[in-house]
Formats: sequence, structure tokens, C-alpha cells
Amino acid sequence: MEYLAYDRVKIARSSGRPTGMDFIQGVTEDFLELHGDRSYGDDPAIVGGLATLRGRPVTAIAIEKGHTARERSFRNSGAPRPEGYRKALRLMEQAGKFRRPVLCFVDTSGACCDVGAEERGQGRAIADNLLKMSLLPTPILTLLIGEGGSGGALALAVADRVWMLENAVYSVISPEGCASILWKDAAKAEQAAQSLKLTAEDALALKVIDGILPEEGLGSPAFYEGIGSLFIRELDALTGEPDLTAKRYARFRAMGRGKEQA
Amino acid sequence: MELIRFLKPRNVLESWGRPGAPKSAGGGEERSCPNCRRTTGLDVLKKALMVCDCGHHFRLSARERIELLCGETFTELFRGLTLDDPLCFPGYPEKLSAARQGSGEEEAVLCGEGEIGDSPCCLFVMEPAFMMASMGGAVGEKITRLFEHALEKRLPVVGCTASGGARMQEGLISLMQMAKVSAAVGRHGAAGLLYIVLLTDPTTGGVTASFAMQGDITLAEPGATVGFAGARVIEQTTRKSLPKGFQSAEFLLQRGFVDSIVARDRQKDLLGWLLRLHEGGTADGISGV
Repeated sequence: MEYLAYDRVKIARSSGRPTGMDFIQGVTEDFLELHGDRSYGDDPAIVGGLATLRGRPVTAIAIEKGHTARERSFRNSGAPRPEGYRKALRLMEQAGKFRRPVLCFVDTSGACCDVGAEERGQGRAIADNLLKMSLLPTPILTLLIGEGGSGGALALAVADRVWMLENAVYSVISPEGCASILWKDAAKAEQAAQSLKLTAEDALALKVIDGILPEEGLGSPAFYEGIGSLFIRELDALTGEPDLTAKRYARFRAMGRGKEQA
Repeated sequence: MELIRFLKPRNVLESWGRPGAPKSAGGGEERSCPNCRRTTGLDVLKKALMVCDCGHHFRLSARERIELLCGETFTELFRGLTLDDPLCFPGYPEKLSAARQGSGEEEAVLCGEGEIGDSPCCLFVMEPAFMMASMGGAVGEKITRLFEHALEKRLPVVGCTASGGARMQEGLISLMQMAKVSAAVGRHGAAGLLYIVLLTDPTTGGVTASFAMQGDITLAEPGATVGFAGARVIEQTTRKSLPKGFQSAEFLLQRGFVDSIVARDRQKDLLGWLLRLHEGGTADGISGV
């Protein structure tokens, strides 16, 4: 069945979908959550810790929206604060030190934008992740499972492989935000969603992602099993890669190269 | 400690001027200050480097800023590099050509090599008159190339940021520039090379969340607006009024995100001093990247 871009946005946002923690639990075994950024607090919108994937040690990090109203309120609906990104970076650097790969599950409408987030340096927190992830000595795999909202999503997606679920979206701005800025009319979100090229197919065509994962059996043991197998296969290919960071650099380097005019 | 000798005013830059500015009765162009509301003749303002008596720093074009910092020593790099409408976004080609006509530049950043004081460096300056210096593929590509060029020649980079953020008409391509430039900044820094940022009005969104906040030393122009999310967006989503001076350079200094606020007449001398201070002392690189 064919969906319009904005239908995809609605599916990606819908509350019935598995959340980031469901993916960690489904894909890995023996997960131990590690809390806190060691300088301010612990952001419940980002969950991270130690896990094993088919017996191998990994660091798993997910943006968690929560299922119920109460959980969503606790998780700030998956809008991470600076301390969340700093926690994620702390865990990634720990993974780099102990040479274990990093798995990221991304699902956010965007980084939290309130006064406190600005006061604690939301911009700096994201900027730090982008730079330091590009230099991390161990493989990073990122799966976008729902909403990939702008810099707040990219801060966990400077990875060696990036995939999207078939109904996930990835965008520089929400279609509503885009429509209200460009056309002063949030109701034109449908048109904005189409123009922004934010579906998994669009992202693949733009070579921003490496593949699209079908959602057949979404949330079932077999579904998570399939993702685990994909991760293992890609980690096998990436482990021991001598030019890991150079290849990660080249991956992003190729995006939007421009052209020179005579 | 403040260095007294940096307070000496700079020479007037006679070449400055903006076509299409309002004319006073006497025929000279004037500017009205958004801070103190006073109207001042452009000739007087130019002598003061476009700083009002009240201390308000008017925005400069990228070329004015380059002239102020590097003068004649500046050689532009990557001229002619553009990326036209990668998503076929409605209305974007028209906006691009209007921006090109209005600003006289082909994109929202100028890159090159020059000297500040007597110290060679690579310099990028963003152009707020070009779609509010939003970052699309060409902007990201030019700044990335500048960091690669600086790495190859083992030169420091000085970057004057100004931006409304990512350029939404380029969608994901625009978003990915944040990662692309950050990776280039990371390589340059890992080789032990210096990157100084001068935050100018306004630096927001995806530029704040990437290379504007990745400097070894972060300076800001007085009163510059610097933040991640737009103030209006925050007000609308939280339905709370914002604290006084929210997202100003002074606010960031107080919160620990800026090293020093530097008035325009001190910027060249201070940057020159910082560049000299780091000359010859660069390490072989942290991780050999």
C-alpha cells in the first residue's frame, strides 16, 4: 500500500509503536541501564547502558518516548535535554575505551526546547556528540525507529550504518514547523511533508541512510531477531576495520557536495 | 585580565556602505538603532565600525567583516561552489536567486585564507543577508573544505558564525551538513590545530548545534543572539515568558558557554594575539587522525 509522506509522519508518531526501550530489550540480552551525565543529572528521555548482543558486549542507547501518558510525561515525550546527550556521549566514549560497539535507537520529535535546555547548552551538547561520534574508535550502528527529528536525532546518528524502519521519518524540521515558517500556515503540513523528502525511501534515495527495514511483525520476537542478525552481520564487517573513522568521515563527507561553476 | 591595548579604535573602512539604505534630508544615509532608537548618519557609524554610541553592534556583511579582520590579505577560496535545489523544493530556486541578488554573494558563507595581525589563518564568515545565512549543502561543503584545506596546510581556522540554522529547503541534505562539518572540525582539532569561533548576531539552530560550539576558544560580539531553539518557539511551546537577556552573548557567558565577549574595535587585535600565541606550539596530533 502506498502512503503519502504525511501519513508516514502520523504513523511514525503514533503511540502504538514499540519505543526505544522495547528495541533495546527486544534486540539485546542482559541490559543494565547506566544513569547520569556526571555533571548535572539523568535525563529519562535517553536510556543507555551495557548489554550483550548474541553474547557480545555492546553499549545500547535509545531515545525513549514512553507508552502511557504518565510515562510520556516522565520521559518528556522523548525530547532529550542536554544532560541526555551528555549521558549518551559518556556511554559512547566508555564504549570507545573498552572497544565495544554502540547501538543507537532513535525516536524523537526533536531535542527539548525550553529555557532550561538553553541554559544548559543544548546546542553545545549536540555539537559535542556530532564531533566526538565522528572520531569514536568503535563501530556505531543507528536505527531510526519512529521520528528522526532534526539535530536532536542526528546527535545519535553520526554512525557507520544508519537504517530506518519503513514507516520512520527523518527530517530537518517538522512538517508543521516548515509550513508555518514558509507559508505561515501550519495546515499546509501535508504539502511540507511531501516537499521535505522525509520518508525512508527519500532518505535512501538521498543516500543519507543505508537501508530500510520492513515492519512486518513489528515488535514480535522474530522481528527483533531479524534486527539482531542484521547488526551482527554489519558488526562482523566493521570490526577490525582499520579505516573505521576514515570511512565514517567519507560517509558524511559525500552528502551535499555541491558543484563548481566555471 | 583585559588587555588595555586592545581598546584602541581601528581605522575607518571607507569602502563600507549598503545600497538601498534610507537617505536623510541631507542626502546622507542613516541608521536607526534598534537598542536606543537614535538615528545616526552612516558615515559616522562607519567610523565607529557600525557600533552605535549606546554600544549596539549593527550586523556586518561578510565582506565588511573580512575587510575588518584581514584587509587586503584575504584570498577567497571555493568561489563558485553552489548546490542548486537538491530536493526540487517549491519556491527555492526563486528564493536563491533573490538572495543572490539581494546580497551580491552566491552563497551564505565566504571562505578563504588571510592574515589577522601578521598571523596566517583560514577564515570563514557567514553572510546574514543571504537567507539569514542558513546552512545548506554549499555552506556545509565550503566550510568542510576550508577545514580540510587548513588541516593540509596546518593552519588555524577562525570562523565568524551567523545563521538562522539549517536551510529547510534542502531538507536532510541540510541536516547532514551538521555532521559533515563537525567531522571536519574534529579531524582538524585532532591534529592539534586551533579553531577560534566568533559568534555574531544571530547564531542559532543547527549552526549553534554544530560548528559554532566546537571552537577551542569561543568569542562573541556584544549583544549577539546565540541559541539553539528560537526564542518564539520556546515561548510558544512552554507558554512561559523568557528571562531578561535570554540567549544573548552575555547570557551565554554567564552560563559558561562563551570564553569572552569582544567589542568590534578589539576583535582584530585580539584574534591576532590569540593566533600568535598558538603559533609553533601545535602538537603532532592527539590521535594521529
